[in-house]
Amino acid sequence: MDRHMKAPLTDEEAKSLKAGDYVYITGTIYTARDAAHLRMCETLDRQEALPIEMAHNIIYYMGPSPAREGRPIGSAGPTTASRMDKYAPRLLDLGLKGMIGKGKRSDAVKEAIVRNGAVYFAAVGGAGALLSKSITTSKIVAYDDLGTEAIRELEVENFPVIVVIDAEGNNLYETAAAQYRQE
Amino acid sequence: MKTINVSEITKNIKEMCIEANHYLTPDMDCALKSAVTTEKSPLGKQILNQLQDNLQIAGDDMIPICQDTGMAVIFMEIGQEVHFEGGSLEEAVNEGVRQGYVEGYLRKSVVKDPLIRENTKDNTPAVIHYEMTTGDKVKITVAPKGFGSENMSRIFMLKPADGIEGVKNAVLTAVKDAGPNACPPMVVGVGVGGTFEKCALLAKKALTRPIDQRSDIPYVKEMEEELLEKINRTGIGPGGLGGTTTALAVNINTFPTHIAGLPVAINICCHVNRHAVRTI
Repeated sequence: MDRHMKAPLTDEEAKSLKAGDYVYITGTIYTARDAAHLRMCETLDRQEALPIEMAHNIIYYMGPSPAREGRPIGSAGPTTASRMDKYAPRLLDLGLKGMIGKGKRSDAVKEAIVRNGAVYFAAVGGAGALLSKSITTSKIVAYDDLGTEAIRELEVENFPVIVVIDAEGNNLYETAAAQYRQE
Repeated sequence: MKTINVSEITKNIKEMCIEANHYLTPDMDCALKSAVTTEKSPLGKQILNQLQDNLQIAGDDMIPICQDTGMAVIFMEIGQEVHFEGGSLEEAVNEGVRQGYVEGYLRKSVVKDPLIRENTKDNTPAVIHYEMTTGDKVKITVAPKGFGSENMSRIFMLKPADGIEGVKNAVLTAVKDAGPNACPPMVVGVGVGGTFEKCALLAKKALTRPIDQRSDIPYVKEMEEELLEKINRTGIGPGGLGGTTTALAVNINTFPTHIAGLPVAINICCHVNRHAVRTI
């Protein structure tokens, strides 16, 4: 089903999404990948405040290529989500509602998604030029020294994603592949 | 004897890094176009159409096809009658990478130390493979390699008794484990034989062979075709979201090996299987 959603996500909206839904996201989302996740978790270990709010927000696992003059961002497709599996449950327990990436997640992440009524979306891997067209502004809000791995606040308009793991724990990677398997 | 100034190598590599990250080779283009018509899953078809739009935007607006513009893998096939002047060849190659990635708005994805992990900020050093050939030409292949798929690559040190079935199972295992992580539809480069490191290099090099070109060795060609069919029956599909296009090609390179061994390397590449080739 095609859905249009505003980001940040409300609890009700996140729970209403079903694996296989094609969703166009409009609003504010944040980027973070390996190095930013490590720093956020170190910050939590020290019992300090995170540089961005987790509650209701969506994190996009993405590190862009540099923007040409006059453009908000360069190529901007998803990176492999499983590298963030070590950190994601902790952020989900702080209220993170959505993650955008590509590829499989661990059981621990799936359990944290269900426990918190959150959602894991996939964007099309390797379509960074196309996806950059749905990003209208980009601003570094933390960890500037990390370069492409800094945390960015993005304004997105009809950013296309697919629900892979929903709040009930349904997993599109498992069901969709089974449908076309001929072995 | 032919003399080449290394500045010419720098200039070519700079241009090739930019070219490879914005345009695919005609064989890749053609395979991706044809997949749109053969894919059975509606969502798979939609994703393949998005990949078509992505390639169009990349070329028209000069936005890299993928934000992971890779670690620069460079094959230098050097004729033994070539003499280089003007400085170090290795430095000239890295200078080309530096200029290409900095001036071409490509992402700098290389860290100086694998554990300390500080970005080198210019995507150097490249991974350079030198090969001596006859003649007075230099063939350069620039193949930026993204790590979504690189991370899903595997090496198996099989036993001779595992035979051809063992090799096929190794490839299918690697592909199934990779699944959606490797950004399918993928291209599967396979190296069989040699030693531990040789088979990895064979697999990497296999990815640079045009994907519409099958092996010259009849049994290897058969294995390439059979594996492609089997991979496309796994159901993984475009983006791993189900479908009949999981791989575009399986390219296998072989090499003599030891009586006691059967090394197999599987180097997986995403649908952005990039390379630029020039001979100077």
